[in-house]
Amino acid sequence: MTQTPLVQLQQLTKQYEKGKVALDHLDLTLCRGRTIGLLGPNGSGKTTLIKLLCGLLQPSFGTIRIDGQAPGVYTKSIISYLPDQIYFPLWMKTTDLIDFFADFYTDFSRQKALSMLDTLSIPLQQRLKNMSKGTLEKVQLVLVMSRQAQFYLMDEPIAGVDPAARDFILNTILTNYNEEGTVLLSTHLIGDIERVLDEVVFLQNGRLLRHDTVDQIREQEGMSVDRYFREQFRTEALVGGNGRW
Amino acid sequence: MQWNLTEDRPIYLQLAEQLTQRIASGRYPSGGRIPPVRDLAAEAGVNPNTMQRALSQLEQEGLIVTNRTAGRTVTEDTSIISAVRERLAQTHIDQYFFQMTTLGYGTQEAIDLLVKRRNTP
Repeated sequence: MTQTPLVQLQQLTKQYEKGKVALDHLDLTLCRGRTIGLLGPNGSGKTTLIKLLCGLLQPSFGTIRIDGQAPGVYTKSIISYLPDQIYFPLWMKTTDLIDFFADFYTDFSRQKALSMLDTLSIPLQQRLKNMSKGTLEKVQLVLVMSRQAQFYLMDEPIAGVDPAARDFILNTILTNYNEEGTVLLSTHLIGDIERVLDEVVFLQNGRLLRHDTVDQIREQEGMSVDRYFREQFRTEALVGGNGRW
Repeated sequence: MQWNLTEDRPIYLQLAEQLTQRIASGRYPSGGRIPPVRDLAAEAGVNPNTMQRALSQLEQEGLIVTNRTAGRTVTEDTSIISAVRERLAQTHIDQYFFQMTTLGYGTQEAIDLLVKRRNTP
C-alpha cells in the first residue's frame, strides 16, 4: 500500500499585494481517507490555504500537488469545495441547483442529494432568496456531499448554523462521504467537532504550528485538543502583550 | 448504555473501555456479532478510524475475533471474557475500599457497611 499522499505541499507561500504574508513556507502532507480539521485563529491562513488548494488563488512560492498533480482541470474534478459564502444566484430553486450540479460534475449523485434534502425537509421548489441562512448552508452542504469526490474541502461548514443542524452536518460528514475520500474542514469551533476528526492541522500566522492526530495530542497533553489550543493562545496573548501584567 | 466520552483522554481508549464493558456485561454476548465499524462510529458520533482503532485493541486482547466472511464477533473463549469481567469488578472493589479508607473506615467496617446497605430494602 504505497499510494501517493493525496496532498503534498512544499514551501507553500502566499503573499498578498499589500505585503501581508498569509502563508509562510508551509510544508504539509495529507493522506487519503482521513477527516482533518484545519484550525487556527482568525487571519492564520486557513481560507488562503483552502483557496490555493482549489486553484482559486495562485501561490507566490512553493508547490502544491493533489493526487500528484498541480491544481488545474484534473484536481478540480476530484475536489468538492464548500466555500465560506453562498455563490449561487438567488433566483434559483433547489431543484435548479441539483440540475446544475448534475450537469457540471460527473460524480454527482442526484439520488443522494434528493434523499438528504428529504431528510432535512427542504422543499425542492423553494427559491434560494426565500431561504434562511441556515437552510441555504444546508442546501450547499448537501450538494457538496452528494459528490463522490476524493477530496472534500470545506471552509467553515458549521459556523452559521444552529446546534441541531451542526449535528446533522457532522453526522453527514461522518456517514456519507466516500470512504477513500479525505475531508479537510476549517473551523475555529474546535470543541464541537473534535471527536469526528482523525487529525488536526493548526495554523498560526501562516505557519504550521502542529499537525498531529487528535488522540496523540490528548495522549501527550492530557487534555482535549480544544483546551490544548486555548492554552497555547492564552500564553501567547500574555507574552505578546505589553508586559504590564 | 450510551457512549460517554470525556475531554481529558484519548478517544480510542475510552471507546475501547466501553466496548470491553459491553462484552463483559453480556450486551455483546460470547460468539455474537459486533455491529459494523461505521454503525458503531455513527452511534458514538466519532470518526470511523478512531472506532477502528478501539476495535483493533480489543482484537489484540483476544476479546474480538475477525473472520473474513462473518465480520467481527466476540470471542467464543469465555475464559477470556470472565477474566476481563473479573478485572473490571476488581477495579470497582478497589475503588470502594479506597474511598472508604479516605473516609476513615477500616476494612472490616467497610465490608460490614456494604452488607448492611445491601440488606436494607
